[in-house]
Amino acid sequence: MSASSGPSVRLGAGAGFAGDRIDPAVELATHGALDYLVFECLGERTVAAGQARRRADPRTGFDPMLSARLRAVLPACRQHGTTIITNSGAANPLAAGDLAVAVAADLGLHGLRVAVVTGDDVLDAVLAEDPLVWETGAPVSSGPVPLSANAYLGHEPITQALAEGADVVITGRVADPSLYLAALRHEHGWGADDWEAMGTATMVGHLLECAGQLTGGYFADPVTKPVPGMARLGFPFADVTPDGAVLLGKLARSGGLLDRRTCREQLLYEVGDPAGYLTPDVVADFSGVRLLDVGPDRVSASGATGRPRPDSLKVTLGHDGGWVGEGQISYAGPRCLARARLAGDIVLERLTDLHGLDPDDVGIELIGAGAAFRGLAVPAEDAQEVRLRVAARVGEEELALLVGHEVESLYTNGPAGGGGARSGATSQVSVRSCLLPRTLVTPQVEITEVP
Amino acid sequence: MTTLDDLADVRAGDKGDTLILAVLPRDPADLGRLRAELTEATVAARFGLAADRVSRQVLPDLPALVLTLAGVLGGGVTGSLGLDGHGKTLGHHLLGVELSDG
Repeated sequence: MSASSGPSVRLGAGAGFAGDRIDPAVELATHGALDYLVFECLGERTVAAGQARRRADPRTGFDPMLSARLRAVLPACRQHGTTIITNSGAANPLAAGDLAVAVAADLGLHGLRVAVVTGDDVLDAVLAEDPLVWETGAPVSSGPVPLSANAYLGHEPITQALAEGADVVITGRVADPSLYLAALRHEHGWGADDWEAMGTATMVGHLLECAGQLTGGYFADPVTKPVPGMARLGFPFADVTPDGAVLLGKLARSGGLLDRRTCREQLLYEVGDPAGYLTPDVVADFSGVRLLDVGPDRVSASGATGRPRPDSLKVTLGHDGGWVGEGQISYAGPRCLARARLAGDIVLERLTDLHGLDPDDVGIELIGAGAAFRGLAVPAEDAQEVRLRVAARVGEEELALLVGHEVESLYTNGPAGGGGARSGATSQVSVRSCLLPRTLVTPQVEITEVP
Repeated sequence: MTTLDDLADVRAGDKGDTLILAVLPRDPADLGRLRAELTEATVAARFGLAADRVSRQVLPDLPALVLTLAGVLGGGVTGSLGLDGHGKTLGHHLLGVELSDG
């Protein structure tokens, strides 16, 4: 890192998952004086699911909300010189880039430079290299052929796109914190082997990547952790100086809360080893991080560091996961738990005896009587209301639809007082993981200027 | 009766089939007590796991305990037939752990 304290760079969180709210990003883009606005929109399964959509229609496969998000924030970002970085390209970054150019052209943003990062699709390399699958311990070739394989790219191609003057950077699979790290490295000129700087930037990215989870979302409890104004929960930003000082904040005009407690929870969210958080950029160490309240909705974060990055990249393999069919129905009042149990027994017997399902592929939950805790808690025998949920994993849609039909047929054939039946069937993508040597992955950057 | 809910917050996260629970004492002074009582064995028993499926790290600076529970999610978000495949609700199961009154 540089010794100078110099001007800080402000990074804002625009989304924390594919279906996230749009208005908090517009608020930040309009009033946040941002240098960068980052939309993290890819869950572990999202790219694999996008690959499945793309096979059905080659023009799809990217985040379906991309157009709405860009249309909402691009005017303010153009006005304030804010650069957008997003992994919304999912399984089809090039099509997402074409869409971004079209949206920008429609908004009259001539000369806007849209960069697309590709190279995360490593299916050919995985099939050739045949690495071990984490979940099975066996080579890829010994299992079903994956439908997709996407490597978690690091920050480099995004930093390269920024150096080439990109105003919007669209990627497929990139490690979430790398979306933020890329901007900090570009702005502050930190060396890719400055492990303390990479660890600090990874901490910043990790804190911001879930957006509202830093400002009271997934945190609030009306009794132990009250959060004001949650209907207008604001998204967070970070100010980062060239010497790596980090100040987190949110707009005073927005709802929510940002303090030591919200930051402490998010720092450790999904982090199994705080002293060795693996990303393509660095092995980050958050174990010595100190958080300090320095004002209303202002927290300083220091003490992150890191070690040299791994030689391999994590790859998510997507497989056809068949279908899951489900049905739900409610029982209330005296003996409702007993009636719900009877209903579950009836459906299970019919699914296995009449329809040939394996009982291991059928899940029965009694919602309201401890279902969420998976049988770990004693069932609430005195529950006043219980909702039966039956879900089953099957091969085909037709069989999946049967599960819901069997639950609905309880209306006239099941225990007394069953009401509010609902059913559904969804196709599934299952994912597994493996590693691929970094040298086999070649990211590319393509820039288009809006005419 | 004192429960973990009286002293700490818990945040649940997942990585594959592993549930990650961060335990955050509201008063930093309670870290020592939680460290003594919220052992790997206690947590494993609470979740019906063998003791070697749980590992714990103590972070004195934040302060916090980080617990990882392997194999508790029934295949994780893609493999579980349960409504909450991520196990996001499961942190609140830990909050019910009883602590010695002291």
